[in-house]
Amino acid sequence: MPKRASGRTVGGLRSLSLQAPAVTLLLLWMLIPLGMTLWFSFQHYNLLMPGEPSFVGLENYEYLFTDPSLWRAMGNTLLMVGWILVISVGGGTLLAVLFQQEFKGRGIARVLAISPFFVMPTVSALIWKNLMMHPDNGVLAWLTESVGLPAIDWFSWVPMTSVVIIVSWQWLPFALLILLTAIQSLDEDQVEAARMDGAGPVDIFRFITLPHLKRAISVVIMIEMIFLLTLFAEIYVTTSGGPGLATTNLAFLIYIQALLDFDVGMASAGGVVAIILANIVAIFLVRLVARNLEE
Amino acid sequence: MSAVQTKRPWVGVLAWVIALIIFFPILWMVLTGFKTEADAIASPSLFFTPTLESYVEVQGRADYPKHAFNSITISLASTLLALLIAIPSAYAMAFLPTKRTKATLLWMLSTKMLPPVGVLMPIYLLSRDLGLLDTRTGLTIVYTMMNLPIVVWMLYTFFKDLPRDILEAGRMDGANTFQEVTLLLLPLSMPGIASTGLLSIILSWNEAFWSLNLTASKAAPLTAYIASFSSPEGLFWAKLSAASTMAIAPILIFGWMTQKQMVRGLTFGAVK
Repeated sequence: MPKRASGRTVGGLRSLSLQAPAVTLLLLWMLIPLGMTLWFSFQHYNLLMPGEPSFVGLENYEYLFTDPSLWRAMGNTLLMVGWILVISVGGGTLLAVLFQQEFKGRGIARVLAISPFFVMPTVSALIWKNLMMHPDNGVLAWLTESVGLPAIDWFSWVPMTSVVIIVSWQWLPFALLILLTAIQSLDEDQVEAARMDGAGPVDIFRFITLPHLKRAISVVIMIEMIFLLTLFAEIYVTTSGGPGLATTNLAFLIYIQALLDFDVGMASAGGVVAIILANIVAIFLVRLVARNLEE
Repeated sequence: MSAVQTKRPWVGVLAWVIALIIFFPILWMVLTGFKTEADAIASPSLFFTPTLESYVEVQGRADYPKHAFNSITISLASTLLALLIAIPSAYAMAFLPTKRTKATLLWMLSTKMLPPVGVLMPIYLLSRDLGLLDTRTGLTIVYTMMNLPIVVWMLYTFFKDLPRDILEAGRMDGANTFQEVTLLLLPLSMPGIASTGLLSIILSWNEAFWSLNLTASKAAPLTAYIASFSSPEGLFWAKLSAASTMAIAPILIFGWMTQKQMVRGLTFGAVK
């Protein structure tokens, strides 16, 4: 960027005025609800109870932190995000290598494999709940029964695993889509040279492919994290957080408090906790992206 | 790229098997939509007499077209609005960067990390008090803001790759900012803007948190409409599948057509 000493302030001003609409709107979009959430979290405020909201200090937080469901929900959130990331990114990487090979009908096979990413969460949850995992008439029940095993009642026996499977099914294709693009730029000559030197496929994957994909993988993790930390529709449609609290994540817990119990104060305190948790993750992620920007 | 010669047929077989396993639930859903309700819950079979019964019935429920219409208007309107707000901003960041540009971009991205559920109560109450609850306008505003950071980011990435000289030349010829943007920038970056728009449409079309919480019936898009099928069991599978197929078909085809362009935008240019 050439320095233009004279036009600098004018250019800066023009730049700012052009950015103003987007920046102002986002700032309002962020600050007003955030401020309100913070304010409500110190109030006793239930939509079902008559009377004005009253200031109760840290009472909501006290109640929240002594409520075992908060810790359970936090644990569930981290467990879900962790497993889904491992499955989708790990699986996506391996599949990217596989779908990079030459074979008949590669283009069509690729398109089929990335399709679940375009399916809306409510639909994919419903397909899995009814058509796949239903203990009486689902395809999986039919499969296990046809080999002589009893049908698995997915959502009551292994609710967490079921949710992880469904969400991974949606996000693995996303990882595949991105990594498949990234792997195209892998230097074939380098791979060939390594092969000549006697490197096996595992060595090539570990020392050439994986380092090449590092940046793409970090981008995938970041984008998935944004969506996974706030996972909602899949739980809403399939297990409603249950049985018990087995699949209640932070997002769902706050939803229960907010829209089912109409407890604005408590829901807001939970919201503040969710925001803090997300920010801890965000600080780490933003650094990652910042490093990508520098390069 | 030079083709890697594989003399290993199992690679292709394995890849196809995996692709079909991943795609199977979608395929099964489409097939089930063409079955009768009795066939739908019978033992899984690829052989059945296809019928349009379920489609006719779903179509007959007056609400399907209404929800489809909601989905289309809301995703198109929010995408157009987001582009309109984001284009000047991305232009300024790409061509008139200041010291704070990078920090601004990162801050915008960080707003995406705020869990929507953290601000559910305020947005719900504000919508209620402004009379925007269960309206297309309300959801459009929310989606616009939800996608704005990603739209700015993607446009910024595309704009930054444009040849600077052409814009400089335009400026030399006396084009003002507005002319520069409309006559040079927009035509030049049409592919980038299109793929940004398509991604924003896909994200809005599939969004489920706000649509489930802020709409009831009047403005409910397809995500909320489909979720209303979560309770009926057994007997409604064929209809559920038919409705689901119709809900995802447009966006799935959209996605297939645009997947290549989308990747670059999605990864903010980090993956070439």
